Amino acid sequence: MRAMSTRLKIGWAVITVFVLVYALFPVTSIIATSFKLPSQLNLGTFLPKTWTWSNYEEIFAGSGKELFLPALRNSIGISLIATAIAVVLATLCAYAIARLDFPGKRLILTTALGVSIFPVISIVTPLFNLWRNIGLYDTWLGLIIPYLSLTLPISIWTLTAFFRQIPWELEQAAQVDGATSWQAFRKAIVPLAAPGVFTTALIAFFIAWNDFVYGISLTSTSAARPVPAALAFFTGASQFEEPTGMISAAAVVVTIPVVILVLLFQRQIVSGLTQGAVKG
Amino acid sequence: MAAITLKDIVKEYGDGYLAVKGVSLDIADGEFVILVGPSGCGKSTLLRMIVGLEDITSGDLSIGGKRVNDQAPRDRHLAMVFQNYALYPHLTVFENIAFPLRLQKGAFTEDQIREKVEFAAKTLELQDHLQRKPANLSGGQRQRVAMGRAIVREAQAFLFDEPLSNLDAKLRGQMRTEIARMQRRLGTTTVYVTHDQTEAMTLGDRVAVLRKGELQQVASPRGLYEQPVNLFVAGFIGSPPMNFLPGEVTEGVLRLPLVDVPLTDDLKQRLGDRKLVIVGLRPEHFEDASLTDDRRSKEGVTFGATVDVTEWLGSDLYAYVPFDTNPDVAGKLEELDRDLDGEGMRTQLVVALDSESRVRDGDDATLWFDPAKMMVFDPESGDNLTYDADAVKEIDQQNEQDRKASLERAQAREKAKAS
Repeated sequence: MRAMSTRLKIGWAVITVFVLVYALFPVTSIIATSFKLPSQLNLGTFLPKTWTWSNYEEIFAGSGKELFLPALRNSIGISLIATAIAVVLATLCAYAIARLDFPGKRLILTTALGVSIFPVISIVTPLFNLWRNIGLYDTWLGLIIPYLSLTLPISIWTLTAFFRQIPWELEQAAQVDGATSWQAFRKAIVPLAAPGVFTTALIAFFIAWNDFVYGISLTSTSAARPVPAALAFFTGASQFEEPTGMISAAAVVVTIPVVILVLLFQRQIVSGLTQGAVKG
Repeated sequence: MAAITLKDIVKEYGDGYLAVKGVSLDIADGEFVILVGPSGCGKSTLLRMIVGLEDITSGDLSIGGKRVNDQAPRDRHLAMVFQNYALYPHLTVFENIAFPLRLQKGAFTEDQIREKVEFAAKTLELQDHLQRKPANLSGGQRQRVAMGRAIVREAQAFLFDEPLSNLDAKLRGQMRTEIARMQRRLGTTTVYVTHDQTEAMTLGDRVAVLRKGELQQVASPRGLYEQPVNLFVAGFIGSPPMNFLPGEVTEGVLRLPLVDVPLTDDLKQRLGDRKLVIVGLRPEHFEDASLTDDRRSKEGVTFGATVDVTEWLGSDLYAYVPFDTNPDVAGKLEELDRDLDGEGMRTQLVVALDSESRVRDGDDATLWFDPAKMMVFDPESGDNLTYDADAVKEIDQQNEQDRKASLERAQAREKAKAS
């Protein structure tokens, strides 16, 4: 590739800055808001006049504590469990789809795709009723099950693509060397699929973590309410004060782990998504 | 080490396609048998049925006298080298070779495993690479790691699935001799699949030629070369391939495009009342008449021909002589050409002359051949009408004796080296 001319470099730099500002402005705005005193929220300045940790104190130890901490616990627990179940099931499913030929193979993949594009909002109401009737309303299990419908399809598709790339000869060689099917899978395939499984787990975790609709419709107390839903319930110090500061602080706390994970594993995530796209 | 017996093996796929149509083959203990044929002839399928990676639709497969049709690959105690090696990329060379030993939990101690792996590595000259990963090795080294993994187990038989097809020509030649040497040394029954007839001729004790799922002929390389049973085998074995000419049978004379050959009584009898036959002559059976001494000249047939193109290779001179073919056999020859993966652009005679010959492009040359070396084929069935079963038996017997003798010699050498 020819080295870029200076004009071209400047042009690219301008565009990059523009895109960065456009994308990150809302995020920095929220971060800035989280450091503002509640009384100064409507001053109209971007950066806080007085930098304060009070919002963070509130949500962790103050008035917001009963809302935020349980919500955080719920989110982490539910997302992790949903991810774990989805990854285990998807691994077995993807291995079967990539290796075996059975009737209904295509049906499973298309159904998974169909489920993932189905609008969540349309099934929330009947699900609400059903859960109330069988007692799953406002429980962890009541959220884990719908979350599986969000995480399983993408996990199956991504892992199928990963498994398809592992040459079949490896298992065959292991079988000829004396391994049972399970040993061949465990010793020859799993070490090679580990990066794929890890990436899939990350993607599934993000999807479960970010869910809002299920979270707010299928819970009523802090027994099972996840963070995105809990944010809607924050109240200020008095009925005239907006809890914007606390909400911003909560949003920042909730986003930080996700951002760190993505930055650490960005290469794996991108390759995981594109591999799924190319091989199909 | 064991004998492998295939009886009427048939492989039918779900959609009704018959990949293997009743193949029967007896492989003796310690024998090196090659399965050869063009792409799609069923040789790889046959090999995979032997190892257990494909189900056998019908027929019996016995290893060491026991019927193993329903046994899983792991219970058959066979070792296989795949075409693309199938090395475990996440393990080092040492671990790759040790893999089959480690699978048998508790059968070997750590020291025993190390001993066996190092012995295998020494046999294949891999000692310096034991701690490296397959991704950092060259093709030939990976090939040897795959072979090491196969020999470390002391399996009943080795199965090779076109192991040299991914290597460049020079390396292929070197690895061929390595494999031959290794097989002689270990004396293990080996089944080797290839589409390259040079590998087939040089490595095998016996060669089985397959075409479209059917076994054409199984014999020693010499037997296939001198006494092919049909048109396909004759055209497949030998490089450059055999020339096929249409022959018209008339009173006492066989009319070929460029020359008439007098018919012997034996030949007349074999031809029966056929009017049209296909005559096969190998390029190496022709000679430049000007270089042949007079006595030999009289014993053979001389004819004049216009040479189109010549290729001088240092050891030989190939001359191409075009001729007109008979339309009745043209169809048959075209079909044969397609089966042999040829391009068949024009009908021409390929003649391998001595490199001293002065024949050049466009010359009118006088060529000589011995009609006794001629083979005559039936144009419909492709059968070799000049097939001599007794000669074949004699060749195969001699071959078997040679094989046993060389195995014994190799074993004796091993014993002497060990002591």
